[in-house]
Amino acid sequence: MMAYATFLLPLAMGFAFGWLLHRGRVTNFEVIEGQFCLKDFTMLKVMLPAIVVGGIGVFALVDLGEAKYYVKDANLLAVVLGAVIFGVALVFYGYCPGTGLAAAATGSLHALLGVVGMVFGAVVYAISFDWVKAHILPVWSFGKVRIPEATGAPDLVWFALLALGAIVLFFIVEGRRPSAS
Amino acid sequence: MSTSAKIGAAAVARSRAVDVSPYWVGAGIGVLSWAAFAIAKDPLGVTGPLSRFGQPVAAPILGADAVAGNAYWSPMPFSWDYGVLFLVGMVAGAFVCSVATGTFRLEFMPRFWRERFGPSLTKRALAAFFGGAALMYGARLAGGCTSGHGISGGLQLALSSWVFLIVIFATALVVSRLVFGRGRGARA
Repeated sequence: MMAYATFLLPLAMGFAFGWLLHRGRVTNFEVIEGQFCLKDFTMLKVMLPAIVVGGIGVFALVDLGEAKYYVKDANLLAVVLGAVIFGVALVFYGYCPGTGLAAAATGSLHALLGVVGMVFGAVVYAISFDWVKAHILPVWSFGKVRIPEATGAPDLVWFALLALGAIVLFFIVEGRRPSAS
Repeated sequence: MSTSAKIGAAAVARSRAVDVSPYWVGAGIGVLSWAAFAIAKDPLGVTGPLSRFGQPVAAPILGADAVAGNAYWSPMPFSWDYGVLFLVGMVAGAFVCSVATGTFRLEFMPRFWRERFGPSLTKRALAAFFGGAALMYGARLAGGCTSGHGISGGLQLALSSWVFLIVIFATALVVSRLVFGRGRGARA
């Protein structure tokens, strides 16, 4: 039981995640770049169902007392700056961190180089952390805010809106003629 | 056959040919998240544990004391714990999947990159390395990546995570348009 919890469980969870990422083809450079060229919606086809299916289940688990939330701090200056850096890097690298790591495991050597770069980036972040903590993290800091509490609209309304938005988007995308490029 | 009939027939063929697998994969990741929250008590995430590999790398350069005393790393000293083993599992899972489905292939240079930036491996290597570095820096600054913020945070309806998702998407759309131009989209 001990070995299961500390060793096999994380390996099995990671194995399933890595398998699914590759099976969903988001380990493919062209698939990620295609999303931001609005030519290939595979990335959103994976992400939006993951969020809606995952979210409804986790909401139920929390409601039943079987799980708790792990909400990240809304340090909004840091989140926005980090997201802008991330968005630029995403286009030049062609993967996000998880898909880059998984792509490296499927033979993509440039993705592997990016993983090495990520470790380098972690060192740079650690070195700059004292400055970031003093000057960036405290700005527009609202704590662990969830959208339902912030807006007063219940969780299930948000999931219904997300699901509806996703269905409309996918209906349009799947119905459209492939462009001639 | 007339042109319109051809287009009609093609539309029918396309609707039958809709690939539903990405949706199922997404739903599968959603179900995996249930296990992550209820059993593992640790939401899916990548850059947090991956950033800790910086500790053994930085130790010979900065000194072991500087690494141990670093305010970012000190709450999470490197060990083969849940987060790190999760990454090992990910690498194994993606590798086994690619071998099992016959899609493992060594790739030095993606076709779409070569079409835009030419055959220089150096150029691709620099973009991948510094792209990866910036990706990690941005993710750590924001508090998570597409997995930790995007999926795990998004499904919790966390404000920080939805701001992150919307800003990365908007930024990447603009940058992609500037870099690859209009209408020259990648097709897998």
